[in-house]
Amino acid sequence: MKKINTIVFVAMLSLLTIPNTASADGFFSWLFDFSRTKGVEPVSNENYQEECGACHFAYQPGLLTGDAWANLMQVDKLEDHFGENAELDDEEVRTELLAYLKEQAAENSYYKRSRQITHSLNGEEIPERITDVRYIRRQHHEIPESLITDNEDVRSLSYCDTCHTKAALGIYDDDTVNIPNHGVWDD
Amino acid sequence: MKQFLFLLFIFLLLINQASHADNAIPEMMKTLNPEGTLIFDADHGQQMWTQEHPGKDGKSRSCTTCHGTDLTIDGKHARSGKVIKPMAVSVNQQRFTKTKKINKWFKRNCKWTWGRECTAQEKGDFLQYFQEN
Ligand code: HEC
Ligand code: HEC
Ligand code: HEC
Repeated sequence: MKKINTIVFVAMLSLLTIPNTASADGFFSWLFDFSRTKGVEPVSNENYQEECGACHFAYQPGLLTGDAWANLMQVDKLEDHFGENAELDDEEVRTELLAYLKEQAAENSYYKRSRQITHSLNGEEIPERITDVRYIRRQHHEIPESLITDNEDVRSLSYCDTCHTKAALGIYDDDTVNIPNHGVWDD
Repeated sequence: MKQFLFLLFIFLLLINQASHADNAIPEMMKTLNPEGTLIFDADHGQQMWTQEHPGKDGKSRSCTTCHGTDLTIDGKHARSGKVIKPMAVSVNQQRFTKTKKINKWFKRNCKWTWGRECTAQEKGDFLQYFQEN
């Protein structure tokens, strides 16, 4: 009897520690994937890589929530995508990319940065950009503008991979930063 | 020996296939010009390539704003600075391999640069220019 009690107790305890949005499957892959602490899940969809990686590096879906991706991927918004034309004339492609973005969106991810991004949006805010997310803004508020917008090889905080040397792998740790025309970041 | 030669032949055939990404320009030209009534002109393509148009932001724009004037070297996206691989088929076999991709970018870039879509004649002239450089 005592044994059964222990089993029930341990089972309940483990249920409590599993984040409640998680399926057990996702939980175990999270548990054994040690790269998770490093950032966000890398891009795994080839179409996404090609379609959304032509003008800038392909942002990982885990950098925004599903609602924010749905907002950005609207047909008229893609036609005027921050001043550029990023329209996808094939509706099937647009639907497929949006499905991929939503599936791997920040709130569905176990990766550390994704969880911090979701947390900082409080479940209500729908930012237009990654660089509008409070968590992301806070990480960069110490960097002077002169190193960003006045820097020909950076141009905008949006181009993460110009400074984060491992951004394409989903790694954003501050010890992997190298700001062009400035150098390694140490504070 | 016969068998060896046969295998060698197959092998060479495979290598040839692999190193030869299909150029979709002839196919594009056919759909742009189904009746065969248009004549595509590389010189006119080159002329349009460098022609400046007033942009929404007050600065003038042309295809060279991102792709550069020399088709055989890398270009640079005007806004992000991201490298754009050369447009000339002679140095970049990965170019113009999918009609869908070509159509998509013609649509986006003509609208962004010229404020309108390009005509079949204009697209054909551009393709002729890319093909010959
Ligand atoms: C035609 C070029 C082009 C294409 C194609 C394109 N983008 Fe962009 N994207 C831009 C530009 C330019 C910016 C603005 C950067 C800035 O403000 O400096 C941008 C910004 C963004 C941002 C906001 C970055 C920030 O500041 O937080 C996101 C997210 C984004 N793009 C996602 C996508 C997705 C998803 C796709 C594929 C459907 C895509 N982009 C395709 C050019 C493009
Ligand atoms: C101008 C260069 C630059 C650009 C562009 C840039 N970052 Fe950063 N980022 C930094 C620096 C420097 C730090 C460390 C700041 C500090 O420690 O005070 C940092 C820190 C971070 C951190 C926290 C790292 C840690 O170890 O806790 C994250 C997450 C991050 N950036 C994500 C992004 C994302 C996402 C983008 C693109 C939307 C981006 N960054 C664009 C320079 C940049
Ligand atoms: C604002 C920047 C920009 C401008 C201006 C621009 N392009 Fe592009 N273009 C791109 C980018 C980015 C790509 C995708 C490059 C890649 O796939 O490597 C591209 C791709 C293309 C392609 C498809 C190439 C392929 O391999 O299928 C064609 C065709 C093209 N551009 C034609 C034009 C023409 C014609 C003009 C002028 C009317 C023009 N572009 C102006 C950025 C630009």
